[in-house]
Amino acid sequence: MHSDYLVRMANDISRFFASDPDQEQAARNVLGHLKRFWDPRMRAQIVEHYRAGGTGLSDIAAKAVAQLAEEEPAKQT
Amino acid sequence: MYAQDYIDPGTPESTADELVTVEIDGVSVTVPEGTSIMRAAADLGIMVPKLCATDSLDPFGSCRLCLVEIEGRKGYPASCTTTVAPGMKVRTQSEKLTQLRENVLELYVSDHPLDCDTCPGNGHCELQDMADAHGITTSRYDVGGRVHRDTPKDISNPYFAFDPDLCIVCSRCVRACDEVQGTFALTIDGRGFDSKVSASQNEPFLESECVSCGACVEACPTAALTEKSIIALGRPESTVTTTCGYCGVGCSLKAEIKGETVVRMVPNREGHANKGHACVKGRFAFGYATHADRIVKPMVRKKITDPWREVTWEEAIGYAASEIKRIQAKYGKYAVGGITSSRCTNEETFLVQKLVRAAFGNNNVDTCARVCHSPTGYGLKHTLGESAGTQEFSSVMKSDVIVVIGANPTEAHPVFGSQLKRRLRQGAKLIVIDPREIELVRAPHIAADYHLQLRPGTNVAIINALAHVIVTEGLTKDDYIESRCEVDSYRRWKEFVADPKNSPEAVADITGVPASLVRGAARLYATGGNGAIYYGLGVTEHSQGTTMVMGIANLAMATGNLGREGVGVNPLRGQNNVQGSCDMGSFPHEYSGYRHVSDEAVRAQFESSWGVTLEPEPGLRIPNMFEAALDGSFKALYIQGEDMAQSDPNTQHVISALSAMECVIVQDLFLNETAKYAHIFLPGSSFLEKDGTFTNAERRISRTRKIMEPLGGYQDWEVTMMLSNALGYPMNYTHPSEIMDEIARLTPTFAGVSYEKLDRLGSIQWPCNEDAPAGTPTMHVDEFVRGKGKFYVTEYVPTEERTSSRFPLLLTTGRILSQYNVGAQTRRTHNVVWHSEDRLEIHPHDANVRGIRDGDWVGIASRAGDTVMRAEVTERVQPGVVYTTFHFPESGANLVTTDNSDWATNCPEYKVTAVQVVKVSQPSEWRKRHRELTKRQRIQRRAGGGRVSAQPHSPSE
Ligand code: SF4
Ligand code: SF4
Ligand code: SF4
Ligand code: FES
Repeated sequence: MHSDYLVRMANDISRFFASDPDQEQAARNVLGHLKRFWDPRMRAQIVEHYRAGGTGLSDIAAKAVAQLAEEEPAKQT
Repeated sequence: MYAQDYIDPGTPESTADELVTVEIDGVSVTVPEGTSIMRAAADLGIMVPKLCATDSLDPFGSCRLCLVEIEGRKGYPASCTTTVAPGMKVRTQSEKLTQLRENVLELYVSDHPLDCDTCPGNGHCELQDMADAHGITTSRYDVGGRVHRDTPKDISNPYFAFDPDLCIVCSRCVRACDEVQGTFALTIDGRGFDSKVSASQNEPFLESECVSCGACVEACPTAALTEKSIIALGRPESTVTTTCGYCGVGCSLKAEIKGETVVRMVPNREGHANKGHACVKGRFAFGYATHADRIVKPMVRKKITDPWREVTWEEAIGYAASEIKRIQAKYGKYAVGGITSSRCTNEETFLVQKLVRAAFGNNNVDTCARVCHSPTGYGLKHTLGESAGTQEFSSVMKSDVIVVIGANPTEAHPVFGSQLKRRLRQGAKLIVIDPREIELVRAPHIAADYHLQLRPGTNVAIINALAHVIVTEGLTKDDYIESRCEVDSYRRWKEFVADPKNSPEAVADITGVPASLVRGAARLYATGGNGAIYYGLGVTEHSQGTTMVMGIANLAMATGNLGREGVGVNPLRGQNNVQGSCDMGSFPHEYSGYRHVSDEAVRAQFESSWGVTLEPEPGLRIPNMFEAALDGSFKALYIQGEDMAQSDPNTQHVISALSAMECVIVQDLFLNETAKYAHIFLPGSSFLEKDGTFTNAERRISRTRKIMEPLGGYQDWEVTMMLSNALGYPMNYTHPSEIMDEIARLTPTFAGVSYEKLDRLGSIQWPCNEDAPAGTPTMHVDEFVRGKGKFYVTEYVPTEERTSSRFPLLLTTGRILSQYNVGAQTRRTHNVVWHSEDRLEIHPHDANVRGIRDGDWVGIASRAGDTVMRAEVTERVQPGVVYTTFHFPESGANLVTTDNSDWATNCPEYKVTAVQVVKVSQPSEWRKRHRELTKRQRIQRRAGGGRVSAQPHSPSE
């Protein structure tokens, strides 16, 4: 999928959780959302995008995707 | 007249707790206080003669036919207007009473032709019944030719006719229009023998304020107001109780039929959702089911540019299965998916998601609720614990303050709209939060106490401002919050909304709503007694749709407005089975009953029942499927009863995605817009052709019953089954009741549901299980489903869709009464006389500066695309905002909507698109292309041997 599309969605999600004063927690919430609602191929692709520099990802989104990258090596595409 | 099989006890039921015992014709009967003598007698099976009374209306006491004698009282009181009193002794029969009644009847008959044999009401007319019972065949009264003979009939309404000659001026129609429907379109003009019923200012029905709900026709005791279908087809032979296939109110209807032909649909007075009312869609617009455009033979083609080829079911199903297998072999098992429909039954929806999960072997299943109420599911599940509305419709009759947000019930949920209006006429207060002046803001005998006419896209700012007032002015229900909610979450939320940045004054510039109105509305909601919130797609279809749903739940919890009658948070669902399709596990991440696919215990249960290993990861949502199709990883889609090419946003994008797939299977009634990009077409069946259940907006499960054989040969669930079997995953149900049994086995909230129980109780509101064997009208009574209610911080994030010098106006979209969703059904009925095209509403100021006059063609352009439609210059919209409906494909309203979507659920932001509007003389490129494509579709069909197969009784042939 187009990385712009995935980045935009990840940033939209992050904006909701961003109001948490604890930004680490905010990132964990975003991560939880990605795991619960994103098809594995989308997760793999955003991880790939992150590894390629992660252009466009907001801070919280980037943090969440970083954790995702640690947890699951890009598998299914 | 009411349904043929209905026995009318004459006056409404009393709901008083106190009981009163009386004696009628020597027999004792105990009834609630406030019951009329007429109704108490009916309880004993004694039917007192009557004409002006009927149990859907308040008693009126005008015909004087229902006179009785009461021991110890003088005269002959009317039994419809006299209520029971303890120890009362009533006589309904005596010589004197008979004589009085005969006199009355003779008077009526003197002004009424007695050609019963040729009258369409013959056999189902209260006047005929009364006259027969009293042996009246002629009248002694000479009326000097004053009878209304030869008065012209009013046949302007496409569905019913008014014959003044048959009218006995009982006022039932007038009262039905006032009391039941709330439109106040009818009056009785003149006096005595000269009096007659007239619509609005003596206009034909069609041109009057009448909205064609049919309540007057249902109430009329004679054939003065009669369905034209009865005049054409004669008296029905039998009755089948079923459920409306249109909106989320889910009205119970009685189909009165002759053979397999529906003569008329009458609202069921015993229907739990609608209590004897219906609207122009459910009541009259069922002719699409036998419309000549129905495709009744399967068709296939290799490429979407090829002509369609009619084939046998075996060939079509075989081809579909082989394509899915081929694609999975070539591109992997995740390259295919399915879409369930909110227009199909629970059983059909359950089966499609089972097909995807068990036979396709992935979780790529989604439903059209994605584009309407998915934020409701997410928002309410997270805050309250259950993805559904909290009340039953009749709860509104106990509300003191009603808040309507982003919904237009009188157009989109008409029967509930009428009930709501009834409550408002009784004195409940009303707050409307909507960019547009919807009908409720100012209707006959109704005026909103507050109309917060906000700018599209600023819902969350408004809900935060309302909360700010409630919190900072100390209007919260602290003891309720303390005992029922997560106190930590409340504290965080309270701190957040109390921040001055959320005050009505601070957000006034954003929302466009004066702070004083927001403050007034907040105080009213928090302190006005039972506060109930009803909301629609104006809440969900935003980039912050889910946030807003959470904001609504926050507000209700903070004011203690959840967990009893008269309060609550109530999503008004668009299509009839939106609730059901969500309940049935249509979302890619959850099974029926909203349980996540990653939940091992739940998954294990499904695995053992279905005999397969299931995927633990969520699948693709509809918009993800489109993206994946464009990147080449998604290649085949089975679409049951959906028309994404018309209903989904950014049409061009949808079309590109569909065109990129190798196998699109469309199962539908008509060759719809999506079918233009399909390779396989499987004939669907209408709600008249199937057994099953629908679940309405109040979680009410009701039966739909088969009235005619499916025109294509199979009900939709049978088609899914054939496909599954062809794929090698056996499904062998013999009746939808067996599918429901499986649903009940696998879904805790449905555990107690069965067809037998549905037949016995009429309908059931889930959760229905051991704890609640007859269902659950009100949710979250002692505690929230999630245990403690959870507050969420709802920061306002402006949408990225902003006006600019290029696109200076905001477009928002909605619905109209006579049309339904993409219009595939209603456009194929006489409903087009009310609405034959989508129009763009524009404020006079915005129209003026653009030189646009009412009726002009205008071009509407956004960054996604452009289209043209005609303008309606109106103050219903505020300056800077334009509005349209999306019922007609040629207007291409979704060409301009963008692919912005809700952060949590990807529900599209239909309600906010920055646009420019200019006067044009040319049809848009889209209209030209659409015309060409439709023409091509027709040629492709004809070339392939397809033909228009005329069916009987197609109203708009
Ligand atoms: S059809 Fe409905 S709106 Fe029209 S006059 Fe009759 S009751 Fe009133
Ligand atoms: S039209 Fe029917 S309901 Fe209305 S006043 Fe005449 S008889 Fe009564
Ligand atoms: S469309 Fe809705 S309100 Fe109208 S009859 Fe059907 S269910 Fe009832
Ligand atoms: S039925 Fe009682 S007065 Fe008409």
